Amino acid sequence: MVDSHIRRRTVFSKLIRGRSSLLGITIIAIVVLAGTFAPVIAPMSPYTQVLEFRNQKPGFTGEIILFRLTPELPVQTVAVASISKKGEMIQYQDQLNRVFEIEKNKLEGVEEKDWHKKYRYWLGTDNFGRDVLSRLLYGARISLLVGISASTLSLLIGVILGAISGYYGGVLETLIMRLTDIMFGFPTLLFLIGITAAFEPTLTVVFFAIGFVSWPGMARLMRGQVASIKESEFIKVCEVLGLSKPRILLKHILPNCFAPMIVTYTLGIAGAIMVEASLSFLGLGAQPPTPSWGIMINAGKDFVRTAPWLSIIPGIAIASTVIGFNLMGDSLRDVLDPSMKK
Amino acid sequence: MVNFIVRRILQTIPVLFGVIVITFILMYMVPGDPVVSMVGERYDEETIHKLRKELHLDDSLPMQFVHYVSNVMRGDFGKSFITGGSVSEELLIKFPNTLILAVASMIVAIITGLTMGIVSSLKPQSILDKITMFFALAGISAPVFWVGLMLILFIGVFLQWLPPTGFGGIEHIILPAITLGLRSAAYLARLTRATMLDVLNQDYIRTARMKMLPEWKVILKHGFPNILIPIITVIGTDFGSYLSGAVLTESIFGWPGIGRYALEAILKRDFPVIQGTVLFMALMFILANLIVDIFYGIVDPRMRTEGKNG
Repeated sequence: MVDSHIRRRTVFSKLIRGRSSLLGITIIAIVVLAGTFAPVIAPMSPYTQVLEFRNQKPGFTGEIILFRLTPELPVQTVAVASISKKGEMIQYQDQLNRVFEIEKNKLEGVEEKDWHKKYRYWLGTDNFGRDVLSRLLYGARISLLVGISASTLSLLIGVILGAISGYYGGVLETLIMRLTDIMFGFPTLLFLIGITAAFEPTLTVVFFAIGFVSWPGMARLMRGQVASIKESEFIKVCEVLGLSKPRILLKHILPNCFAPMIVTYTLGIAGAIMVEASLSFLGLGAQPPTPSWGIMINAGKDFVRTAPWLSIIPGIAIASTVIGFNLMGDSLRDVLDPSMKK
Repeated sequence: MVNFIVRRILQTIPVLFGVIVITFILMYMVPGDPVVSMVGERYDEETIHKLRKELHLDDSLPMQFVHYVSNVMRGDFGKSFITGGSVSEELLIKFPNTLILAVASMIVAIITGLTMGIVSSLKPQSILDKITMFFALAGISAPVFWVGLMLILFIGVFLQWLPPTGFGGIEHIILPAITLGLRSAAYLARLTRATMLDVLNQDYIRTARMKMLPEWKVILKHGFPNILIPIITVIGTDFGSYLSGAVLTESIFGWPGIGRYALEAILKRDFPVIQGTVLFMALMFILANLIVDIFYGIVDPRMRTEGKNG
């Protein structure tokens, strides 16, 4: 217990000291914070459209008011050039300098800051006049959610199948390994495209598809690890002591496979984030108006000449997040298991 | 040797069979009646009955599978719901375009990847090494479709050095080839650096240096040949995945290869085309991997005995 505690501490301090791992940790921390606190940090909802503010450059400032003409209707967002108060009425000028009046009780909220807002669109607006920064922050949630959950699913499947085939061997091993051969027969992205094409494309389908397609690597790795640890002295001792097979596997073999597992898992998150973005870009993942980074690039590509920031910015977000997880995975490999090079 | 090759080819058979089963099941699970999607609005009992019979849709599942396999064996990958054209003929027309792009991308990847890797390995931990390796990491981490878009934007639109999209002359292939080859280039750079550093620490390199051979000769004549096996493996595997259709790259640049063909079919939900292209691409991928493995066995005799689990 003490031993593993010390080991964990050295691993952590080594990670903190390494420059590239520190960069990786920082990037991941930023993305996680951005995703977690998106509702707090984001200047506005990722879905709010201000059609007058389509494709505005980063740094653009816009003034809007929010109101409902009748309580059943959704909130309307209107861009204004200026407003003035006149008793129970609010007078506003729109972008074309036309003057309109609206009753105060139709405005959204009570205080002025609820219905009258002046935004600076730090990263510009998209083709529906939505805030790119807000969509980017909410997009971090989707990338992380799909990346982590899909990689976890493939970890579970891979570890279970790999451990079983490595430890028990025999027919089970042959069957599982033949299955991994078949899975490796498909190019990954193509396989995923095939699956998402067969079903209605949603984020859930993407998550399951990535999880079910990317486990074979983990399974092969685990099979090798388990098979080699199985031969070691201390496992022989366990067997002599009469411990049950599942117990040996769970309590004594698997904990010793932790290093390669966590490395593959971290790199798997990077891969899953990339695949989610690619599928969403192709229209086979999350569907608009979901603020997925892949969708943002897909929508931005039609305006690449007039509004290039729409495709540049989410691409930088994907690339840096993936760099973060890749750096983390590489450094974990260096620290935990220098012999494991691939 | 022959024994190894035959065994390796025989091992491919269960994989091929599994791939066919999965492609079949995948399209069997597709919701909706394929015949209705075929005739569309012109709903007519007679036609539907005839088509169902033609496509063996009323048979049991195993019988449908047998028909499917026998068609595939004869090179018949079905007919498009939309155009009615033969999928295999269409694939044969489009495959050469994919092949050209794959070759061009591999050339880009090999030249840049190996150069970066070797330069990096000469002075490990130097500034040059760190910059090169950072670019390699970025190359692995940047989404292919985004890189393509950025090349179109900066080189095609802003600088106007090359046509942003299109198909035809050599000027059209440069941007797609860079886009598709970038990932392999980055991966090759990292791999070359790592294996080169390993090799340069070996005794025979020290011997060569002690013989006062010029450094470039040590690197190129004594170091380089020894890193070739892992590198050729990667090149082969990546080439296999290029042949199986660069769906993203081809669709961004409007390249008329099998990748774009597959994507168009997916967006139109033209299932026989999807099924046919997915199967064809998987076959290409398996074939490329088979060739890599056989090559591996030829250059590295140790692999011939370990091939059991490959």
